Amino acid sequence: MISYHQITLKVNGETEVVNVPANMTLLVMLREEMGLTGVKNGCAAGECGACTVLMNGEPVNSCMVLAAECDGAEVITVEGLSHNGQLIKLQEMLIAKGGVQCGFCTPGMLISAFALLKRNPDPSENEIREALVGNLCRCTGYVRIIDAVKASVEK
Amino acid sequence: MAVTDKMPELIGKSPLRVDVHGKVTGAAIYTDDIQFGKNLLYARVKRSPHPHALIKKIDTSKAEALPGVKVIVTGKDYPQRIGLYLKDKNIFATDRVRFVGEAVAGVAAVNEEIAEKACELIEVEYELLEPVFDSIYGASPDAPLIHPDMGDYEVANFIFPKPGTNISNHFKARKGDVDRAWKDCAAIVEKSFHIPQVQHVPIEPHIAIAKTDDNGRVTLWASSQSPFAQRNLIAKTLGISESDMRVIAPYVGGGFGCKAGVTMEAMPVAIALKAKGHPVKMRFTREEEFYTNFVRQGLKIKLKVGCDKDGNMLAMENTMYWDGGASTEYGVNITRAGGYSSTGPFDIPNVKTDSFCVYTNHPIGGAYRGFGMSELHTGIGQVMDELAEKIGMDKVEFLKRNSIQGGDINVTGMKMHPIGLQECIDKVAKGINWGVKEKASSDNKLRGKGIAISWKAPAMPPNAGSSAFIEMNEDGTATVNVGGQEIGQGAFTVAAQIAAATIGLPMEDIRIAGPLDTQYSPYEWQTVASRLTWSMGNAVRFAAADARRQILEMVAEAWDEDVDDLDIINGIVVSYRSEKEMSLKNIAVYGIPKEDDQGWIGGPVVGQGSFMPSYVTGLDPETGQGPRAVVHYTTGAQGFDIEIDKDTGKIEILKAVTAFDVGRALNPELVKAQMEGGMMQGISSAIFEEIILEEGVMQNPSFVDYRIATTVDVPRVMETYFVEVPQDDGPFGARGIGEHPMTPTIAALGNAIYDATGIRLEGPPFLPEKVYLAMKDAGILD
Ligand code: FES
Ligand code: FES
Repeated sequence: MISYHQITLKVNGETEVVNVPANMTLLVMLREEMGLTGVKNGCAAGECGACTVLMNGEPVNSCMVLAAECDGAEVITVEGLSHNGQLIKLQEMLIAKGGVQCGFCTPGMLISAFALLKRNPDPSENEIREALVGNLCRCTGYVRIIDAVKASVEK
Repeated sequence: MAVTDKMPELIGKSPLRVDVHGKVTGAAIYTDDIQFGKNLLYARVKRSPHPHALIKKIDTSKAEALPGVKVIVTGKDYPQRIGLYLKDKNIFATDRVRFVGEAVAGVAAVNEEIAEKACELIEVEYELLEPVFDSIYGASPDAPLIHPDMGDYEVANFIFPKPGTNISNHFKARKGDVDRAWKDCAAIVEKSFHIPQVQHVPIEPHIAIAKTDDNGRVTLWASSQSPFAQRNLIAKTLGISESDMRVIAPYVGGGFGCKAGVTMEAMPVAIALKAKGHPVKMRFTREEEFYTNFVRQGLKIKLKVGCDKDGNMLAMENTMYWDGGASTEYGVNITRAGGYSSTGPFDIPNVKTDSFCVYTNHPIGGAYRGFGMSELHTGIGQVMDELAEKIGMDKVEFLKRNSIQGGDINVTGMKMHPIGLQECIDKVAKGINWGVKEKASSDNKLRGKGIAISWKAPAMPPNAGSSAFIEMNEDGTATVNVGGQEIGQGAFTVAAQIAAATIGLPMEDIRIAGPLDTQYSPYEWQTVASRLTWSMGNAVRFAAADARRQILEMVAEAWDEDVDDLDIINGIVVSYRSEKEMSLKNIAVYGIPKEDDQGWIGGPVVGQGSFMPSYVTGLDPETGQGPRAVVHYTTGAQGFDIEIDKDTGKIEILKAVTAFDVGRALNPELVKAQMEGGMMQGISSAIFEEIILEEGVMQNPSFVDYRIATTVDVPRVMETYFVEVPQDDGPFGARGIGEHPMTPTIAALGNAIYDATGIRLEGPPFLPEKVYLAMKDAGILD
């Protein structure tokens, strides 16, 4: 029998108490237990970045984290980036620069870029490329995504 | 239908995408995001471990006994065949498996783990058969037959299978007299290339959920480029009436052709028919995504080309053996497209083409962005490069001299419409500073430039149709209903733009009805072939013109004026004669009251439009000749300036430039985004990608072992240009551009590698180790 764990964590600013099976990933918990379907599943193997969320301020592949390990953690998903309908600059720039096509990589891409700008508010182009290297996108060729991150740098 | 001729202001502007807000906030709904409640069952698939074998026995008893298992189906339950152009595929294998990964049984259970466990418990007895892993051998009389019953399969009338062989289509083109032409050639180049299978790699894997109601009606939710084709094919195959099958298709997280036609979607339906009341969800793992569904088929191509002493092309002989895989239901048309486009965009008087679609025991080849064309042009682009060199002519001059132009008669006897290919070549040549030999950045690097041109026509049945309708709302906005899918290319945005421009509304007053739902959405053949902007765009334009006409006639009657004096500007009807104005708010639904309360004029406005090309003709099966093989061609060019590291063989792209003639760029930023994304996908396929098959088993089915381009691989400089020579029957002159930008990429890079090293590789991927070893063998490393 699979054991269950009760965990308490903060997701997008709200405190949540959830009962999770020991083998459930953070990805599945966010999508299926909390309805945060903005977090995408592209491989469930830690290889595509579509499921990227912020955990305690660091970008992680949520498919590689067990939900049971998240007791006490603070998690931010793409749904938690904007507040009261007010998009953050990164989202606005991604729209303005045309860095979205099918949109499936977008939530993970935004979280990785958000984390980059948090730790390095003025990244070089190389630093931007390095920070997003784990987020695969098959549609855009990345050009406009990189441009959007550049344009989001607050000068 | 009369449509106003002036060019509205919104055309050629780049309003923001209509789908984008939900996509940056996580609110956009994709198929796996739909919640189905507690009744949901999860389906997994038992797959063949063998490339070619007879199924002797399937024992499902142990699996059935597993608690939580609800339904198991096998090929016995569904012996009927399915397929788009050739019905050669079973939903689950019946008597024989033909590739590693082929579905043998499907299980639905209360969760995925139990379904997976049940699959392991299903016992299948096989009798191994000799497999076929090579397309040329497969086409030979020595090869064992993979589809011995091919002669009985239902087939479209423009596909020519050869029963008793593994050749499921043979497209022939015969133009002029090739054998005589060789004598007049001053230079001849003969070369063969091999282009391996690659995967589409959408970031969203395939997913479909099916549910059967008590009354037998089926609903399918799928990540789909083709809800209507899926409704049609699955319903027909399973004996359901089309209108009793409903396909709902939310946003697609990347398609590139792999979510066109029917691939895995029939499986959950087949299971759900036996699990009434339960939604049955089938979601592919990344590994399944790599080889159990469509891949881009492999190609072995043999080319012979010749020109006279002035560099005028005289002849081409092109023999293509396509590795179609275990089923070629879609692939037969890819090889046909390879046949009727077999010269590339070159004007060649004497042509002999044989394009063979060959069954092998490899993964199934299906539509992939620009199908057939990246593969075909890989060969053509490189032999032309060599021919130019052999005759001693500048390569760009050679391309310009020989590229096809409006009025030329092409390989199938079709008269070319006006195109801007010459200008595309000029733009690319200028972009990469062609003709200027530039120094490498250091001594251990080699620098080179390469250029190639390509063309592609929408490959589809002659009568692929589109339709649209537009409903006006009380608030003066318009809801545009289409059946074409938003797969990232911007189809919804362009539909909104065409509707807004045609009616006379601002962009923000357009809503796109979604998700696509065959129960409500108007018919669209498939979202493939770069055909939506053109075909669906026409339907939307006609629907918008119809709505506009209804509005203007209503207002004209109310004002007692002539329709010709009225216009709609930004949602306001204006009269140029009386200078009256009236907002569309309310009137487009409630009508307009007559004066003195004497009744009403008008009523809810619903505009409708449809479009289907009527002029595509059949081709002679022996010569491939006919008046008009296709609707049109989009043409263009691409060039690279690269450096190769002598120590590692690694290619660095200093500059990538592409230009295509899009007829009219309705939304220039979206056009450029397609060019960038397509070129990058092309670069990725050229430099990194290959499905490595050993004895039919894919060796690298994960992102770790199958690398695609990431942010660090993007060229430092990328330039995209469009040329606009209008398409006579396109909306505002537009032609498609979704697929084309990746079609010349491998050839252009191959030419750049040759320019840098003098080495011509047999095919992609141009991996560092491959390039390094080739340089070593050639003795150019000191
Ligand atoms: S889904 Fe987590 S990295 Fe791909
Ligand atoms: S926009 Fe489609 S994968 Fe990035």
